[in-house]
Amino acid sequence: MLNVHRVRTASLVLLVLAVSGRPAFAQIDFSGVWAPLFHEDQPERIPGPDIGDYAGLPITEAARTRALAWDASLLTLPEHQCKPHPSTYGFRGVGNLRMWSDQDPATQQLIKINTHIQWQEQHRDIWMDGRPHPPEYAPHTWQGFSTGRWEGDTLVVSTTHLKAGWMRRNGLALTDRATMEDRFYRHGDLLTHVYIISDPVYLSEPLVKTNGFRLALNGRIDPYPCESVVEVPRAKGEVPNNLPGTNHAAEEFAAKHGIPVEAALGGAETALPEFIQKMKTLKVPAQTPAAAPPAR
Amino acid sequence: MSFSRTATLRHPFAVLATTVALIGLATPLATQATPARRSTAISSKSDRGMSRAFCASCPETADFAVPGAGQQGSVAAPRNQQTPNAEVHALHVQGNIWMLVGGGGGNVTVQAGDDGVLLVDTSLASLSDAVKAEIKKISSKPLNYIINTHVHADHVGGNETLGKASTDFLAPAQVQILAHESVLNRMSAPTGRQAAFPAGSWPTDTYFTKQKEVFFNGEAIILLHQPAAHTDGDTIVFFRRSDVVSTGDIFQTTTFPFIDTERGGTVTGIIAALNNVLDITVPRDKQEGGTYVIPGHGRLCDEHDVLEYRDMLTIVRDRVRDGVKKGMTLAQVKATQPTLDYDARWGSNAGPQTTDQFLEKIFKEMQSTRP
Repeated sequence: MLNVHRVRTASLVLLVLAVSGRPAFAQIDFSGVWAPLFHEDQPERIPGPDIGDYAGLPITEAARTRALAWDASLLTLPEHQCKPHPSTYGFRGVGNLRMWSDQDPATQQLIKINTHIQWQEQHRDIWMDGRPHPPEYAPHTWQGFSTGRWEGDTLVVSTTHLKAGWMRRNGLALTDRATMEDRFYRHGDLLTHVYIISDPVYLSEPLVKTNGFRLALNGRIDPYPCESVVEVPRAKGEVPNNLPGTNHAAEEFAAKHGIPVEAALGGAETALPEFIQKMKTLKVPAQTPAAAPPAR
Repeated sequence: MSFSRTATLRHPFAVLATTVALIGLATPLATQATPARRSTAISSKSDRGMSRAFCASCPETADFAVPGAGQQGSVAAPRNQQTPNAEVHALHVQGNIWMLVGGGGGNVTVQAGDDGVLLVDTSLASLSDAVKAEIKKISSKPLNYIINTHVHADHVGGNETLGKASTDFLAPAQVQILAHESVLNRMSAPTGRQAAFPAGSWPTDTYFTKQKEVFFNGEAIILLHQPAAHTDGDTIVFFRRSDVVSTGDIFQTTTFPFIDTERGGTVTGIIAALNNVLDITVPRDKQEGGTYVIPGHGRLCDEHDVLEYRDMLTIVRDRVRDGVKKGMTLAQVKATQPTLDYDARWGSNAGPQTTDQFLEKIFKEMQSTRP
């Protein structure tokens, strides 16, 4: 009887210790350095997208117009040089990703998960402590304001307060009204990142993309300082841009790949399998012959 | 700054799961528990200055009227003094500076310190009580200065109420009101017509040069005149030590800029003014933070936000100018939809200036300046 009583007491003590001493935390730890895997969308992510390639993206007419007006020389302006990728694009870029958690030292409660991507030092705080998002009049940042929650083993992140950024590096812009939901899945040494961007101005429906990463035990992240300089002397206030009707990049892209211009110009319809049938009814522009090499 | 946080009890599943684990029957379910919340000292640059209750429905639209029929030459009067939502919120920017936002009026910049309180703009007259209440939360010192960025009633409307001597607001004497001289001219009707604003709201100290300097609360404050921009009397205010710029309506995050052509405004001047703001703003790192910019309407910004706005406006101007150079009519230029890519973000079909009116003003200006 005494032994039974001791066992009950010990069980009760263990129960109390377990309940009071064990904080609630996620079952998945994403900590570590993750190397991006580029087998998915490699031509877009490494060499960079062709100018005029908007195929398969649910962009609006406004987004398309703005992209066609975009001139890459814009990036030579000092104020544009040190922009990091916004969180709506950064996970597709080059450079390792480091993730780590901050716990309250006293309770070991999870306060936030940090993500840091090497290129232009994209640092993002994902708040896990239940705090609300800031009011609408608060400043917007490149990485936005992110809060996270767990859905089983999945880390689900909601981001608002983003600066006007981009969804692709060829002039496809996003406004400061864009929001994003990311989902992080860990499968051993592999990390799958899914992100869903909404923008009432430049997207007709949410844009969904995925990125893969592999855990890099010897991974490192170097500093990435940036200092802007005047690369091209210009008149004050000059903003490089293509005037309407002067950018034929979409036609060139379509001709190069043997697809109709309508496909290159994108839109939600171009992401659907049915569009392949429609493409067969559309005209493919002729490829402009390459200039003959100079005579030797 | 701090966010309101709620201490929560440990998730009940944690208790259940731990009990189950103790008898060795299952994998702990505690791992699915909602993380308990608690107050923390860890903070972020992203949540700077959010010390007030959040506002779920702060209108961001300007609420001033352009002169109507029979009022030619008069100064703009508020379209609606009875604003439906008088909620005004204070946001600490950095250093000595706070931004008051909301209620449908223009933003108010508050500089507070040992010397007293200085305001840039006073919003609508109907919001004076709300503005006053927020200032009192920031400082118990007397109000010494008001600087007006321009003449519109959603920016000078509170001058009289806030600036007059009173016992409740710790204004021991008439507050000094600074502005470009064009603001005084337009508020006081020097040609002899009835004044558009009561004398108690007029600037008491004006300048007509490129800039004016004030030293208050331990920092240099530079008033920079921006000729023929939003109006002919625009001032941007640079708080050098706090590193904050208050722009008035040459920059806002809500709509295309209102070009008040009847009061000397031009798109060329607005673009020049935006470029001047870019000259004095310096990002902290990676084109973010550093100098903060309080727009005439809308949310708190930094250099990149001004840059986006400058780029947008310059590109629209370039398109209209190109059409004018090609000899297009206004209708033909409009048919090219020169604001198509920006309309859903900045355009308006109603209010003091529709997108159509915005384009017409740019067209006329480009025509008049065509070489």
